[in-house]
Amino acid sequence: MQLKAEHLDFRYGEKTPWILKDVSLQTESGERVGIVGPSGYGKSTLSKLLAGYVRPSAGRVLLDGEPLPEKGYCPVQMIYQHPELAVNPRWKLGKIVKEAGDPDPALLERMGIEPQWLSRWPSELSGGELQRFCIARVLNPRIRFLICDEITTMLDVITQAQIWELLLEASEKQKLGIVVITHNMALAERVCTRIVELPAINHAETKENRQTDITKSRSFITKRNVSATEGEGCADRAV
Amino acid sequence: MKKKNEKILEIEELTVSFGMYRKGFQKSDLEVIHSLSLDVEEGEILAVVGSSGSGKSILAGAALHLLPGNARTGGQIRYRGKPLDDRACKRCLGREIAFIPQSVDYLDPLMRVGKQVSGVYGTKERQRELFRQYQLPEETERKYPFQLSGGMARRVLISGAVMGDPKLIIADEPTPGLNVEMAMETLNHFRKLADGGAAVLLITHDIDLAFHVADRIAVFYAGTVVETAPTEDFRKGREALRHPYSKAFIDALPQNGFRPLPGTQPYAGELPKGCLFADRCAQRGQECEGQIPMRELRGGKVRCIHAT
Repeated sequence: MQLKAEHLDFRYGEKTPWILKDVSLQTESGERVGIVGPSGYGKSTLSKLLAGYVRPSAGRVLLDGEPLPEKGYCPVQMIYQHPELAVNPRWKLGKIVKEAGDPDPALLERMGIEPQWLSRWPSELSGGELQRFCIARVLNPRIRFLICDEITTMLDVITQAQIWELLLEASEKQKLGIVVITHNMALAERVCTRIVELPAINHAETKENRQTDITKSRSFITKRNVSATEGEGCADRAV
Repeated sequence: MKKKNEKILEIEELTVSFGMYRKGFQKSDLEVIHSLSLDVEEGEILAVVGSSGSGKSILAGAALHLLPGNARTGGQIRYRGKPLDDRACKRCLGREIAFIPQSVDYLDPLMRVGKQVSGVYGTKERQRELFRQYQLPEETERKYPFQLSGGMARRVLISGAVMGDPKLIIADEPTPGLNVEMAMETLNHFRKLADGGAAVLLITHDIDLAFHVADRIAVFYAGTVVETAPTEDFRKGREALRHPYSKAFIDALPQNGFRPLPGTQPYAGELPKGCLFADRCAQRGQECEGQIPMRELRGGKVRCIHAT
């Protein structure tokens, strides 16, 4: 299967600045595309467009040449950056996790979801614990593409590795296509089969905070190495 | 020998529990933080890392008396040698003590962010200077929180906290949503404040960024500290670390092995009797079922009897 975004434009209102302008992207089943770019460039907006939560001002999103279904189950699902905002606060977790059909009990166990959690309210779990429910909720046999918007930034590195192990396995086995949005280059390089950078918008409304271009965002990798040596200095002082 | 630095924040044997209703009016206590001790000196950044849901944010809330009404705390919290009680906390918070909350909903949704950042004790000039430093466009000050992106809101929160001249900064996850350059710049700013004599308690998941600025790192697991070690040991890798959980932590980084340790942290209501990490540990034995105290080891502290 193929998920394709054609010349997407997006802005919130007639007079507001463009958030996305002429963005195209194409991805196949089983592929894992990483989307990187500085904060405020519209990465989260792009993921909402791809999952059909928001309609583009111009352009279209096609699944195998067809628009995303308006009714019923949508095979393109998204996991949000803020799990606490993606669950119904008045539902217990047992109900939340069944929102898209009964999940496989083995999956719940592998996700590290404790049976006691099912009888708790969302406000009684940490962000990391909630995120596992959001992930378990989307991983059902009908899903074809998964859009992951910074899904593991709120998790510790061990849970992060556990969750990605599961998602990578689903990607291999079910030929699930995954779009990964992240600031963590090391993570993107680890899990993605291809990495693309979301370019800055370059037209009249461009603000100074959009001036960073692709070459600049590339440079952070080298910058990180530089600051590693600076870090040595900090440690010396502590001794 | 170097002059001993003043301890800014000292936490001793802290316990935090929440009263929860089980069935009807049956009430029970859920202890989420147990016998936790740590301290931060002036001029030092202590990074707190560890598993999600291990009580890192609750620690910040407990220190600053920001927990909800059903929370009960025990143990000692001292700020510059004096107990940090509710009144002392109210007096210092916003002036000597700065708090950077984890959630961006700490911003007042009905107030323009410029006004929130300059607050009661700050000035407009200082606020503009900070916005420039954090690359927030000038018109940001007239915007409301809902008009900001996640990363911008984060920078607004940080500007608000460093407005004054804080002596103690408690930052709860200040970096998610920021790109690496911006995150690094924020942390370098903390470094500068620490070099100027402030103490910084940095709660974070970006352990690889914390490596660059922190002096010491404390690792949390299931509501307590399992290891504190100089940052150097974390940079050297797993062999230099003491606790098996810290080692697993290093192995799970994407730039290292990306190997997850199976299992999950025990649920606060059903903690094992002895070592909290025992069910995921390869070295566990009979002796792990007793009380495991924190002990000094190679310039750090560890809560494990097998650590060498």
